[in-house]
Amino acid sequence: MHRVKIVSFVLLGLGAAALVAEQPSLSAPVQEPGANEPGANQTTSPPPQAQPPGLPPARVAPPSAYPVRPPADPADVMRGRQIFSANCSFCHGSDARGGEGGPNLIRSQLVLDDKKGELIATVVQNGRPDKGMPKFDLTTEEISTIAAFIHSMPVGGRAATTGTVDPLVGDAKAGEAYFNGPGKCFTCHSVTGDLAGIGAKYVDVRALQGAMLSGEGRGELSEAPRKTVTVTLRTGQTVEGTLDQIDDFIVSLTDANGVYRSFPRQGDFPKVVVKDPLQPHLDMLRTLKDEDIHNLTAYLVTLK
Amino acid sequence: MKMARNIVLAISFIGLAGAVSAQGLDPVLLTKPATDSWPTYSGDYSGRRFSSLKQINQTNVKDLGLAWVSHLAPGPGPTGPFVRHGPGNPATIIGGEIEEAVPVRGAGHISGAVLQVNGILYVSIPDNAWAVDARNGMVLWHYFWKTKGGTHIGNRGMGMYKDWLYFETPDDYLVSLEAKTGKERWHKVISDFNEQYFSTIAPIVIGNHLLVGTADDLDSPGFLQSFDPETGDLQWKWYSEPEKMGDPGSQTWPNLDAMRHGGAGTWVPGSYDPNLHLYYFGTANPTPAFSGVTREGDDLYTSSIVALNVDTGKLAWYFQPSPHDTHDWDAAQTPIIVDGEFKGKPRKLLLDASRNGYFFVLDRVTGEHLLTVPYADSLNWATGIDKLGRPVRDPEKDASPGGALVSPDSDGIVNWQPPTYDPQTGLFYVATDEVYSVFYRTEPNVRALQGLNGIQEQRVGQMGKYITAIDYKTGKIAWRHLQVSVGEGESNTGLTTTAGKLLFGGDANGNLVAYDPVNGKPLWHTHLGQVSNAVETYMLDGHQYILAASGDTLYAFALNF
Repeated sequence: MHRVKIVSFVLLGLGAAALVAEQPSLSAPVQEPGANEPGANQTTSPPPQAQPPGLPPARVAPPSAYPVRPPADPADVMRGRQIFSANCSFCHGSDARGGEGGPNLIRSQLVLDDKKGELIATVVQNGRPDKGMPKFDLTTEEISTIAAFIHSMPVGGRAATTGTVDPLVGDAKAGEAYFNGPGKCFTCHSVTGDLAGIGAKYVDVRALQGAMLSGEGRGELSEAPRKTVTVTLRTGQTVEGTLDQIDDFIVSLTDANGVYRSFPRQGDFPKVVVKDPLQPHLDMLRTLKDEDIHNLTAYLVTLK
Repeated sequence: MKMARNIVLAISFIGLAGAVSAQGLDPVLLTKPATDSWPTYSGDYSGRRFSSLKQINQTNVKDLGLAWVSHLAPGPGPTGPFVRHGPGNPATIIGGEIEEAVPVRGAGHISGAVLQVNGILYVSIPDNAWAVDARNGMVLWHYFWKTKGGTHIGNRGMGMYKDWLYFETPDDYLVSLEAKTGKERWHKVISDFNEQYFSTIAPIVIGNHLLVGTADDLDSPGFLQSFDPETGDLQWKWYSEPEKMGDPGSQTWPNLDAMRHGGAGTWVPGSYDPNLHLYYFGTANPTPAFSGVTREGDDLYTSSIVALNVDTGKLAWYFQPSPHDTHDWDAAQTPIIVDGEFKGKPRKLLLDASRNGYFFVLDRVTGEHLLTVPYADSLNWATGIDKLGRPVRDPEKDASPGGALVSPDSDGIVNWQPPTYDPQTGLFYVATDEVYSVFYRTEPNVRALQGLNGIQEQRVGQMGKYITAIDYKTGKIAWRHLQVSVGEGESNTGLTTTAGKLLFGGDANGNLVAYDPVNGKPLWHTHLGQVSNAVETYMLDGHQYILAASGDTLYAFALNF
């Protein structure tokens, strides 16, 4: 609903771990408003009116690999809930199950491994600038109450499983045909060259798919290739380099010798030509079909 | 030494007397086009954000320079680095219902309206309100609310009635302050904090009605309330969903439970037609936000533009830009009311650029649909436009396990940032951001999705940020100016136009820019690092000021004098 600026393109963050931790046999409980009050969701069976029609009767979550925790001090949970609501809930959801950009924390592997905030504190206090998460100057004690709040919520749910969330839904053979045919991927990429073993390098299918679409390394492989720029001055002299920044008024670059240079822009002078090595990836987003995306992903996964 | 001190005191006293003499807001001001003052969210009720001032214009804008900077210091501590001294200088005024405020990271930033009435600016961020001298940025008073928590994403500004101010807090209080002193008159509960509401919107004063919205990202229903600005008593309450099955609109829901947990907060101020007595605003998205399985139907009045009778709170008409939304695309964007020609006939119009990427023209008397047109190239979520003028959602683009590639992303082509309409060019301007995201459903049980959860969104490409100028008569794009930057760039900015033939906005690199509204050519700029609210303008002592905010700092610009 409300907007927050998510700086990073990839919103994996804690969520990458969450994906690994996700158990298809479990699902989030349907909660009534206010169910996050301390103690309110210690039960796995929410009030009957919360249950959507047609759903099988509630049942207790089966034993799972999720940690069983001793109940925390209710005062800590309440305090943690307040601090969470003021600082974290917009991105991670008021129930910590995912919100505007931020991933579900309840099933994050890091959160599951955390005992009293010691792992969570590292992430909170340092941020994850590469994933768009800012650092928060909260104290270790304050974060331990946040941990108490998050840990107070049940990881598993009551609802019966319907369907699957395996992101691997495509057909590898069709993906291979698309790669070498209408997709024209082969014009820039080679499955024995730059893409060799890509299916083994990405443990997460969604991350692989995201890298495939954007063309960026996403921190798991190499750095994304940088934009380059050629500036032609009034004298006819040209200056080339990797693009550092550009707007209507200034263009700046780092040249081959590692020297930073910036130039004022006024209308068409100097002439500025930016080359984005990932432009073909941007261009294909306008026409790419979901089926082709899924098939291509299935194919890349086979490149172990 | 002693003499010098006396002089300072004397000067302070004069300043004080000047400030005290006429602080109240003449309600008539609210019904006039924005000129000397900025008494309400959009400058006036029309939502146009067009100022008739033209002292600063295309010819002299190159000479625009800094008049003053004022850094505001939030929190319970000192009121700020540049504050009023002398008799009666208050410390920060503290309000709230708990002993100690819940710690909130960072200061927040100014991302809403700053009121300017009788030479004094009234500015707010979450939990904080200030009065600032519009001539030099000096802080006159500072009020701090001790929060219980809640999402501290933003505060869109204050409302003013006579000598009183109103603002909302993230923990769901409406706080009224004395404009003169910053002292609290009263505070009222707007919505239930325990149901995870949070409140950000700028209250809008219309006559003796104080319109107050609230929102919830989990699954509680949205509503708009009207309070008596004198007493804070409730006058009426309009729910974003029908209240019971059988009521008009309830046929667009499968059952009462889904309808009562349908979301649709009220978080961006609207516009008002004083002749029709109708208040127009957009509601937020339905919940669960990313799955419609438990709410088959159009889900009225979520993601809708609604017209309410301001005296009764009754719905006069509605139009739904995103029927059965499944991508967090609310319709909360501020609509603009324009009296203009459409297909050769003079009409009372309402113009709206919605988060879903479609631009709408409606008759604001009846709600009759006149025009629907996409205003971004990247849209791929609709299969067409139905006979009511509504985009038809493609269910294949709902979040799925394998991922659905969708544009816009959940932030939308535009978000809360206000558009502007310039009657001199006849163009509607909006800052746009074209992004593709892949939406994955990560919750195995599709019926168990709630609020914003159960999905993962991966942004995979930004096609560009633009200022987009739309000819409302045809829906054609008159021009687009690329907000070029090396990366994703700063957040979209709100826009403002003036009779000086200028269009003000922030660009993707944090420049404050004056553009030519005819073609988008930049005419003046200065780098602030970020422009966090939409520019405002006002006239004081014969000088036109341009007011912008960057983070927790106000910047005022004027021609050299």
